[in-house]
Amino acid sequence: MSTDLKSTPRFQQPRERRDFLGLAAAWSAIATIFLALLGALRLPSPWAFPESSRRVKLGPVSAFKGISITPEPKERLWVFSDDKGLYVISAVCTHLGCVVAKQEDGSFFCPCHGSRFDAEGKVTKGPAPKPLLHLELSISADGQLVVDHDKEVGSDVRLKV
Amino acid sequence: MQHNESDSQRPGEAGQVVASGALRELWTNLLSTPQQFFESAVRHGRPTSDRAASQAVFNNVFLHILPTRINRHALHVRTTFGLGVITLVLFFLLVVTGVALMVYYKPSTAQAYDSMKEIHYIVPTGRFMRNIHRWSAHAMVLAVILHMARAFYTAAYKGPRRFNWVIGMILFVLTLMLSFTGYLLPWDQLAYWAVTIGSEIAESPRELTDALGVTSWFDIGGLIKRLMLGANQVGEEALIRFYVLHVVVLPVVMCIFLVVHFWRIRKDGGLAKPPESTDLESGQQSAESGDPGAAAQAAALEAPPGAGGSAKTYGLMAVVRGRTPAVDRSMANTVPTWPNAIYAIAALSMMTFFVILCLAHCFDAPLKEHANPAVPENPAKAPWYFLGLQELVSYSAFMGGVGIPTIVVLGLMLVPYLDREKENSGVWFSGRRGRRVCLLTALMTTCSVVGILAFTINFGWLRSWFPNIPQLMITLVNPGTVLLALFMGWSFAVTKQTNSTRMGALAVFTCFLVAFAILTYFATVYRGPNWGFYWSHSDWPVH
Repeated sequence: MSTDLKSTPRFQQPRERRDFLGLAAAWSAIATIFLALLGALRLPSPWAFPESSRRVKLGPVSAFKGISITPEPKERLWVFSDDKGLYVISAVCTHLGCVVAKQEDGSFFCPCHGSRFDAEGKVTKGPAPKPLLHLELSISADGQLVVDHDKEVGSDVRLKV
Repeated sequence: MQHNESDSQRPGEAGQVVASGALRELWTNLLSTPQQFFESAVRHGRPTSDRAASQAVFNNVFLHILPTRINRHALHVRTTFGLGVITLVLFFLLVVTGVALMVYYKPSTAQAYDSMKEIHYIVPTGRFMRNIHRWSAHAMVLAVILHMARAFYTAAYKGPRRFNWVIGMILFVLTLMLSFTGYLLPWDQLAYWAVTIGSEIAESPRELTDALGVTSWFDIGGLIKRLMLGANQVGEEALIRFYVLHVVVLPVVMCIFLVVHFWRIRKDGGLAKPPESTDLESGQQSAESGDPGAAAQAAALEAPPGAGGSAKTYGLMAVVRGRTPAVDRSMANTVPTWPNAIYAIAALSMMTFFVILCLAHCFDAPLKEHANPAVPENPAKAPWYFLGLQELVSYSAFMGGVGIPTIVVLGLMLVPYLDREKENSGVWFSGRRGRRVCLLTALMTTCSVVGILAFTINFGWLRSWFPNIPQLMITLVNPGTVLLALFMGWSFAVTKQTNSTRMGALAVFTCFLVAFAILTYFATVYRGPNWGFYWSHSDWPVH
């Protein structure tokens, strides 16, 4: 009923130059499309993100010195001051990026998935994989406190003022 | 042409002042233009015979996705409950109302929320359009899930329909992606925090790469997040990206896969149906009398003869050999598509329209406060179809948000390739034994999901007992993965016990469906502020 296509003479011929050229053309076309697509995929990741600097001036150092907690809701962090110096704990939950709330006893609660952190930011309960971030502090030339959102430091690091 | 000639030979009418032949012809042509135009467009009148009805379907570009004759079984309500058609109608409603909303919506963080208010309060019918869009979106997710369940339980993923099941899974994922990209657009609190959480879930492979210490050179999570957001945080760039995905990229991709999905239904032999006795006989005959070449070809294409009654095919003359479109073996069980299937589809459309319009008339789509990056809502709940995932995510971000969903989707895609038992499609639950397996599985799933939720709420999980436990342990062993392992073990056990891969497949799917339903219900009703457990909304702390 159905004759096998491969038994017809046309499909039994050995590889010839024409086949080689045809295959080469087909594969180069595929390679071109693939590379072009790769190039197009590069488009969504620009060399720099169009957003403000991740290093932010918080205000004159004197405004934070000696005050045990200063909330900075716009920057999503708290500035703490103890007898060794200043430090910053980020309010961004390490689980899925919600902003944690500070409780009366100094611990932190995340409203989204129930993670809890102690006063140092260490995870005590819930799904958060890491402690809350301690961010690097420095003092700018004009005497302002500067926080760098991209630089994480250990929880015992203090900025001496 | 003939018509015109006969007209021009007719003697001039009394009121006609112009005597010139060509001009008179022009006039009569003009008068008959409406009728001629209609005939040129439709090419036939109202069909009066079965043959004319078939031709009407065959010759119409919109109707020709349907066969000219359709099996009686396909028209029974019990066969499909019309879920595929309902899904398509909802998609159609979404496209139309979506385009209408695009007229006013402005995708920028400064204006998006205001344009929502404008649509709601100032634009005539704007609120109605938005309500239809929102309720259709919710209904479409529900319809897609039910449609998937229908296809699974009637074994419509088997044999030639295997690939269409895979296409269906892709459409399911696309539907969820369309919903997800859609809900950033209003730029309200739900939008902002849902997408913040969503993008962090995309970044959550870091949970694993951090634990393995390879994040510095292999940061797949960070890469996906940056591609999604075009920034480090949800903002202007993210809104534009989600808008482009929502209104252009995903709908176009969706349409392409929809076309393939519909095309394959016909090419794979129509809707799954139990074999008729005549089909079985002739199927056996052809298997016995077939020459070795044809038998080998049939084996290669894995077309079970007789199963689903779709082994007979159209050949395209001698140009294309082998299996091309599958057709019904016996004409005896078919009815003309026009009017039977057309009326059924029209009735389903009207019903869907009616329900959605009623919903849109009675209930307004919610719009929360303007997005506030400093304070999340408490509790910040995703739409219902993601709440089951949100519950899993509250155990481990990576496993709940990436690991388990990927395993489930890939696993369901693989089912037709793992379960190749040649059996009858189109029978709900594959008969009595399957019904018992499904019932038992549903019972087991209910007990285990409720049990593990109750256990976790009362006793906590690993970190409550071992505060210094490494994160990798929690990522690997949490209520989500425990349930997943249990369900896989159960399904293997069912496969072994019944000695049937189809029964194992039924168990897998029932586990997935029941667990999805229970987790969704649980997270919707019993989760309150700080994702705590509350028996009712009235127990929520006041603040």
